[in-house]
Amino acid sequence: MNLSDKKITSDLLPQKFGTRGKLWVGILLVVCAVGAFAYIRQLREGLIVTNMGDYVSWGIYISNFVFFVAVSLVGSLITAIFRLTNISWRTPLTRIAEIIAVSNITFAALIIIVDMGRPERLYFLFTHGRIQSPILWDVIVITTYFCMSLLLLYITLLPDLKIMIDAREKLGKRFSKFYRWLGGYWKGTREQEKIRDRSITILCILIIPVAFCIHTVTSWLFATTYRPGWDSTNFGAYFVSGAFLVGTGAVAVAMYVFRKEYKLEAYITDAHFDKVGKLLVLLALLYLYFNVNEYLVPAFKMKKDEQAHLSGLFTGDFAPMFWFAILVGMIIPILVLVFRKGRKPLPMFIVGIMVVVGAWFKRYLIVTPTLLHPFLPKYDAPARFNHYFPSWEEWAITMGSMAGALLIITLLVRIFPIISIYKTLEDKNKITRSHETAEQFGDVQVY
Amino acid sequence: MDNDTSRREFIAAGLLTTLAAACTSNKSPFDREEDVTPSGEKVKLLSVDGEVVEVDKAFLKPLPHLPSVSNAEARKGIPGKKFVMVIDLSRCKNVKACQASCNHAHHLQEGQNWIKIYPMKDAVHTAPYWEPTTCMHCDEPPCVKVCPVDATFKRQDGIVLIDNDRCIGCRFCMAACPYSTRVFNWGEPDLPAAIADEPYNPETSVPQKRGTVGKCDFCPDMTRMGMLPHCVSACPNGVYFFGDMNEDSVTNGSETFRFSELIRDKAGYRLMEDLGTKPSVYYLPPVNRLFKFEEGIEKDSTDNKS
Repeated sequence: MNLSDKKITSDLLPQKFGTRGKLWVGILLVVCAVGAFAYIRQLREGLIVTNMGDYVSWGIYISNFVFFVAVSLVGSLITAIFRLTNISWRTPLTRIAEIIAVSNITFAALIIIVDMGRPERLYFLFTHGRIQSPILWDVIVITTYFCMSLLLLYITLLPDLKIMIDAREKLGKRFSKFYRWLGGYWKGTREQEKIRDRSITILCILIIPVAFCIHTVTSWLFATTYRPGWDSTNFGAYFVSGAFLVGTGAVAVAMYVFRKEYKLEAYITDAHFDKVGKLLVLLALLYLYFNVNEYLVPAFKMKKDEQAHLSGLFTGDFAPMFWFAILVGMIIPILVLVFRKGRKPLPMFIVGIMVVVGAWFKRYLIVTPTLLHPFLPKYDAPARFNHYFPSWEEWAITMGSMAGALLIITLLVRIFPIISIYKTLEDKNKITRSHETAEQFGDVQVY
Repeated sequence: MDNDTSRREFIAAGLLTTLAAACTSNKSPFDREEDVTPSGEKVKLLSVDGEVVEVDKAFLKPLPHLPSVSNAEARKGIPGKKFVMVIDLSRCKNVKACQASCNHAHHLQEGQNWIKIYPMKDAVHTAPYWEPTTCMHCDEPPCVKVCPVDATFKRQDGIVLIDNDRCIGCRFCMAACPYSTRVFNWGEPDLPAAIADEPYNPETSVPQKRGTVGKCDFCPDMTRMGMLPHCVSACPNGVYFFGDMNEDSVTNGSETFRFSELIRDKAGYRLMEDLGTKPSVYYLPPVNRLFKFEEGIEKDSTDNKS
């Protein structure tokens, strides 16, 4: 990188929304408003506005919840695992991954409240909570993960806040005031640096088991029941591997959008796409492996209770969606990304979208088909309970929640640098320094 | 008969005297809604001192309900009891009287059934039969295990109940129950105002509330009064037997059996034994049937035929 410190700083400082940015925010706000309207209707009428029934008692709210939890895992992968394994090219991706993690875990928590029949009794979880229930475990780990993700985002932001406070003329008075409120105490002294560095390391070590927990416990909401399709010992690993895949897919999409929108070609390079592409292949293969385990082993035996469920997925009502999720969410991405040309920015963007969309439908397939195949026949219940297709309120709320997650990402990117300025400068100066040292000792280090 | 007539007159006179004594107030506890004229139809009753007496049917008044127990009491259960049910599949022909009386007693909504009657067929060549299901009141209840707020609980008398004032409507219990026994109040239940305003009693499961779960409760309010659950007394064919495992007896109202002998001699079994839920409901296999399976088909609701 042959850019001056000044150029880097001015490139990476948050920028005002252009026309397209404003339009984007406007659209998101409208979608959120429609979702909020639908939710108000649901609060008034009850869950009767949904198309859920006594068989499909969990619908897209729950699959959407699983989706949000899954996407949020990427924060721990790219920030924590990459940091601990010293992956040097992570710098331009960590902030994006942390922002995605924070926004998604926030909406995971919100959407689960939307699914409650009695949201006003939420506090009962604290006043009457039973620690034996997997729901309580989920409440505990998701809250923990939310706090840790927020802390990780905040602590890694501190030196950037100082840079932004210094760039007051460019960013405006109001923003500057906000930055001072957030991190005015940060002077970047050696002592402070030491504490910050230690905090990040500790957080990165701690966040990995918590990240595994959030998705494992979420999988246990299903795996702790007897139902065919859920009664699986494979579920924790299956969910975690799928989560890393969808999160990385989301990061690939975000990388492309931000790079194009903010002209960051010098920072998010083709090499980054190439590396994230390789990572995606690995994760897609891993998830495919768990899918083979999850479906092929029971299909080999075809126990009576599993049979209706599995044939519904393979050749029945859910077959189009099932094969879409497998092909578009895993197999086609693998086939595209094994070629170098497939790991160029544009194909990566498209593949990233495929992975995310495939993953959303995959979560739907994990929740709904199982509930449509109870142990006893569907009988002596209203006929409308025998099928499930979400109502407009459910779609509106789901779309609203996704728009909300995107809105948080958009606003955070408006306020904070997408790529850590401090870390970019540090990396650059380290490289320069090491080159100097290398010249001295006649040994060239390659980064 | 003379003796009985004088007894009736005595009761009537007594009631009138009380009425006269309480004439200042229109609402005496012994007040009658209207003047009762003897119907001439006599009913034999067992008096408190063990004497069989005959009373004109018109003078019978429904027993005033016992005051409902407190929430803490309802969570504890009836001491010394372990309730059990035996369902004799050889007697069921899908009359659905059990379901109707249950739905009526618990003021269930249209389409909600706590008792479901399934046409079952275990294998290709085996004969179909009707299988009524209630809540199994499992001894290892999967629903209670997963409830995050102790809204559904297992009592010392074996009954699994729901506290609708506690339920947060997460529906994890519905996903956990393998017997599809739980139903949800998706909308506001359409109840008469007098019932909707009652405080919720876990023992009657009335009134059902929006956004909470409901299911068969084994009618502990009836057992407290020494009576049988509604489904048991409603069934014209005596399919349901209800009783106490500690007393080792079950009855359908007209026949009483030693529970252990009944399930031993008739090869009783429980549903989905392999799941380890240990239900409190036992089934007697559909052998030596009283009815043909086909006799039950026309009684089936239209929803099931679609």
